[in-house]
Amino acid sequence: MKRISSIILIATLIFTACSTGDDGSGNGGGNETDSFDRGAMLVNWADNIIIPAFSDFKTSTQQLEELTLAFTQDPSEENLVALRNEFENSYIEFQAVAMFDIGKAEEVGFRRFLNTYPLDAAAVEDKISSGSYNLELPSSFDEQGFPAMDYLLNDLGENDSEIVTKYSSENYSNYLVDVAQRINSLTSEVNASWQGDYRDNFVSNTSSSSTGSVDKLTNKFVMYYEAFLRSGKIGFPSGVFTGSPSPINVEAYYSKDLSKELYLEALESVTDFYNGNGSGDSYKQYLEFLDRGELASDISSQLTAIEAQASNLDASLRRQVETDNTKMLEAYDELQKGVVLFKLDMMQALSISIDYVDSDGD
Amino acid sequence: MRSAIAKYFDSYTDAAPLAVFRIGFGIMMLASIIRFWLNGWIEKLYILPEFHFSYYGFEWVKPLGDFTYLLFIICGLAALFVALGYKYRIAIIIFFLSFTYIELMDKTTYLNHYYFISILSFLMIFLPANAYFSIDAWKNLKRSFQKIPRWCIDSIKLLLGIVYFYAGLAKINSDWLFRAMPLKIWLPSKYDLPLVGDFMQQEWVAYAFSWSGMLYDLFIPFLLLWKRTRLFAFLMVIVFHVLTRVLFPIGMFPYIMIVSALIFFSPKVHHKILETISTWFRINRQRFDNSRLLFPNSKARKFLLSVVGAFFVIQLLFPWRYLMYPGELFWTEEGFRFSWRVMLMEKAGFAQFKIVDAETGKGFLVTNSDFLTPFQEKQMSFQPDFILEYAHFLADHFREQGHENIEVYVESYVGLNGRKSVPYISPDVNLLNFADSFERKTFILPFNDEIKGL
Repeated sequence: MKRISSIILIATLIFTACSTGDDGSGNGGGNETDSFDRGAMLVNWADNIIIPAFSDFKTSTQQLEELTLAFTQDPSEENLVALRNEFENSYIEFQAVAMFDIGKAEEVGFRRFLNTYPLDAAAVEDKISSGSYNLELPSSFDEQGFPAMDYLLNDLGENDSEIVTKYSSENYSNYLVDVAQRINSLTSEVNASWQGDYRDNFVSNTSSSSTGSVDKLTNKFVMYYEAFLRSGKIGFPSGVFTGSPSPINVEAYYSKDLSKELYLEALESVTDFYNGNGSGDSYKQYLEFLDRGELASDISSQLTAIEAQASNLDASLRRQVETDNTKMLEAYDELQKGVVLFKLDMMQALSISIDYVDSDGD
Repeated sequence: MRSAIAKYFDSYTDAAPLAVFRIGFGIMMLASIIRFWLNGWIEKLYILPEFHFSYYGFEWVKPLGDFTYLLFIICGLAALFVALGYKYRIAIIIFFLSFTYIELMDKTTYLNHYYFISILSFLMIFLPANAYFSIDAWKNLKRSFQKIPRWCIDSIKLLLGIVYFYAGLAKINSDWLFRAMPLKIWLPSKYDLPLVGDFMQQEWVAYAFSWSGMLYDLFIPFLLLWKRTRLFAFLMVIVFHVLTRVLFPIGMFPYIMIVSALIFFSPKVHHKILETISTWFRINRQRFDNSRLLFPNSKARKFLLSVVGAFFVIQLLFPWRYLMYPGELFWTEEGFRFSWRVMLMEKAGFAQFKIVDAETGKGFLVTNSDFLTPFQEKQMSFQPDFILEYAHFLADHFREQGHENIEVYVESYVGLNGRKSVPYISPDVNLLNFADSFERKTFILPFNDEIKGL
């Protein structure tokens, strides 16, 4: 008897639960209850955003290596200008892949080897003159990559002809070639992993745990926005964390007018990734699915506001810091609002935890 | 009436349920301690952080460096001794003290169920859980009793009842019932569960879970008490806790609650359990069946009853202390802890601290990760008492570095139950002007929304 009554009770409960459900979805209006396909989002990220970006960047670093060899074999002003153009082009394209610190890129320390700044120029000069160095050591993060090329192509003399004369020394040539080759080989390695097995691993790992692709890359994305776009490109140079402006912290410090372009390019990459690049779903559509359309458009308008503010900035952020740092601080404030939207509101809405501390909840 | 009460306190019952409870509790606790250690949490939560958030009044309780491991060993051994019923009284006292010390070391790790363990072990100090089926009783027949006062077992039922019922009361609020928050945020992220994954994305499921969760918490103590619904209720306990285990990172708690709920069953069931244990370990169970009644002398009895009585008065009243604070409880969290508000809200924050020189007006921003682990930063960002304590810590730190005339400001945002984040702490208040206390925290900005209900 007891058994029977409990079975009846359970059945009633399940039945009422189901029937209220039918009412609920019927009245739900615009809230369609189809599930959001995270697998499709991962495919969009991989095939339409990440892989093309790495592949383009790889073409560019290949070119960079070739032009470096051409220049060092025949150090002429003409070759220097050609190389410098390619360097700038590459540095800009790097901004489109910098945030994808996942898989092979994470494993080999891709971003840290390619773009740790400020450069330790004194250490670079030491290594050039001694001729003995190992660029694979973690201690040499800030002695190579784009910041090193930036220095070696722009700061070795008053003008191009002075710079070119430096390259009559084999030590300078060798170092420049090593730096360019390292950029290219690391990029090849990461690109090859995306062309190979890693793409399928990434796309099929739809788990909702902290090791799932959506969780992991979202953490990387938000971290990139906060630490590299906000703090790295604007925060540290403007001195918000120390109280005194620090031009040496500007990215592409030695190039003439490159820093703002790098900043804008990085911002655009973040925006494209957020929007799904027009080729499929990303965070924006995910938020809309979760009934958080308002938040989705708030983020879009904040990204627009950041871009609008950037039009007030000098083409050289170094000059901006040195002449009128308040505009840098304004840029920081706009970026900071984005941190709140991404790191707090978006992560919360997607129910993705920010850290990997796997402690219990209640 | 009076005689009915007196009669109740004079009535006796079989000691077996309490013995089973003691064994289950001890084993669960030992397992929890081992699991905690193996997960590397001792190091991650208590050794590595350079700063720890303290409970008000317990600032002196800090991790002990490498001796923290020793503390866990002591706590684990005490749990084992409790399970065995060996030197029970001293073991449960040591367990209560060491476990509570561990919980007080850093409030970042506060969980309701840790608090539950602490107070339950406190209550157990005053219960004769070693009277039956214990090494103590085996070795000393004079201290072996088959019957104990009935209130001893009922007090554990009462504590469990309070935990459930208060957790149910806390769910009677408009966010939980009419917005299905926070389950509407949490459930869809479980899209990859086998079979039910797609289900979790449906809005009505969040509502169904919210309502049934509330009803479950409110009624389960009564369904467990009543003999005719007990078996059904116990099945519900299993289903409910297994479900929470599948859906949320909730650790050992579900198992602890399932094992604890056994206490509601009749002594017959517990004798069956003890019989099984006896055959495994070849224990001569008859040795304990002496039909002796445990009579505490009247002085001891008076002491026990007043301690346990006071304990329950506090337990019944303490969760209501939030009523003495103005403002929304979920927002200010004044009186939120220690009141069985379990998995009740999705709250996250962002806090950017600024150190300002009061004389020059110049300042700089703080990078929280320089001082806090990601977990600490997360917990700090939405709880005012954490924010305040951290502000004082930062002031001390930068003062030591030679900065002068320090003022600490915070620009902070908090998002609660799916609302868009809004400013949380008044940004132009120097936090150093406030010390932590039980007084209301005036630097919290108003919530500007309403959550109706208890």
